[in-house]
Amino acid sequence: MAKIECPNCGAEIETAGIVTVCPECNADLRDVMEKLARERKTSRGDLVRDDSVTTHEFIVRTRDLAKIYTMGEVEVPALRGVDLDVRRGEYLSIMGPSGSGKTTLFNMIGGLDKPSDGSCYIEEVDMAQLDAFELAWLRCRKIGYIFQTFNLIPVMTALENVTLPMIFAGMGTDEMMDRGRELLDMVGLGDRLHHKPFELSGGQQQRVAVARSLANSPAIVLADEPTGNLDLQTGKEIIDLLKELNREGGVTIISATHDLKMIDVSDRIVHIRDGEVERIEERADLELEIGTLGSEHVPEH
Amino acid sequence: MIDIKRLAKMGGGGAAEELHIQRQIVLPWSEAFRISIRNVTLRLGRAVITAAGVILGIAFFSSVCTSKVIQDGLAASEALQIQALAAATGGTSEELGSGSAAADIQERKAQQARQLWLVIMSLLVCGVGITNSMLMSVTERFQEIGTMKCLGALDVFIVRLFLIEAATIGVLGSVVGLILGHLAMLLIFSLKEGFSTAAKMDWSVMLIYLAIGLAIGTVISLVAAVPPAMRAARMRPAVALQSEI
Repeated sequence: MAKIECPNCGAEIETAGIVTVCPECNADLRDVMEKLARERKTSRGDLVRDDSVTTHEFIVRTRDLAKIYTMGEVEVPALRGVDLDVRRGEYLSIMGPSGSGKTTLFNMIGGLDKPSDGSCYIEEVDMAQLDAFELAWLRCRKIGYIFQTFNLIPVMTALENVTLPMIFAGMGTDEMMDRGRELLDMVGLGDRLHHKPFELSGGQQQRVAVARSLANSPAIVLADEPTGNLDLQTGKEIIDLLKELNREGGVTIISATHDLKMIDVSDRIVHIRDGEVERIEERADLELEIGTLGSEHVPEH
Repeated sequence: MIDIKRLAKMGGGGAAEELHIQRQIVLPWSEAFRISIRNVTLRLGRAVITAAGVILGIAFFSSVCTSKVIQDGLAASEALQIQALAAATGGTSEELGSGSAAADIQERKAQQARQLWLVIMSLLVCGVGITNSMLMSVTERFQEIGTMKCLGALDVFIVRLFLIEAATIGVLGSVVGLILGHLAMLLIFSLKEGFSTAAKMDWSVMLIYLAIGLAIGTVISLVAAVPPAMRAARMRPAVALQSEI
């Protein structure tokens, strides 16, 4: 039997059935109960759940995540049961050949698509339990997205692209403009505020996208092949920028990629193949290997 | 380098708690208007094509209504003249106007029935045309819609943006169409019947017809825009993002 504490008088209340007011002081308990219900909902389906340990260590967890696309009569499995724990503040790369399910996994973690089976938790909240409003909230405030094709809104300037998520988050105009300028300054585009995407180079567009992904200070930045459409040098710059955000800002970065330059900066690398996790490499185990790889593949600048 | 730590600070606290405390996602109407109007002005080519459908349909409607009002005005003034003539010569107006006037009225009624039919048909065709171009303009922006949803847009925001766009195109297109159709008919009748035609028109009736035309044009473009916009808004972002044009 769960017990809750009245936020008003501190009395301990048994939550058998539905309690809406505190028997001691008649304070409204609906908020507390709703929170409790949500916590119960999120823990459902877990094997073992120890609040004190797991609550904040893993920012994203997937359990038995599966996705099957139906193409006409044929069922194509894109993910076949992925168990993945992403630590708070780490730089995780998801590597694999094209068609291995990288983007599908990216979509599931980002709440952009619904899994056929299994569950995905963001900060211990089961995404399947969220309504449209909560999902939008999550996408707006908790997750920043970076795409291979940049996906800027073509009719908006760099500044407007960056401030759009802030409009959705209900930020005031002045604050929004200041923050948008700061973010664009940070990615080195302080002098390109009023340029439209088509007036910017690929690297610059991706920088705008990075700035936009940080608009509402997300806890997670999801990057789907962020360097896929960029040349080596520009790709390197974007990777450095992401690494800096990760190191200095503590943002968890999850990046789907098959760019070897990414190995250099990743804390862990998840290799997926045919919709399954093949192996997970820790950076510590990779140091030596990267020493040789890096000198071959990453050009000096 | 600016303080990244401050800019990209982590959201503290449990998600469940925060979800509860600050569940707010907004798109103020003022911002929605700004974005939609920008969309119309920056994609002028697309907007003009959509508007052309409205303009043509409503111009036809307007010209038919104008010609009806003008003909009514001419008939009324003719009747007055005949009455005046009858009073002057001492006969009755029936004797003077007699057969030809009755036949005129008959013919005009038949003609107006045909015109009403034509107006209905043209509005239907114009409705289909607008639906088609609205469908196109939504489809070619699937990716943009997916991106917006990734940034936290609710379905209603997307529908709202497209509705404002459609209403703008509908209103502007209708106004242009009404003016064009009206002026064209006025010019034709002025050349045919003399320049006093405009004075013989019943302007209050004309204004009512113009208002009806404006309403029809706006409603048609709104109705054409809603289904594709709703369909686009309801798509899962992953699907919208992957769609190729």
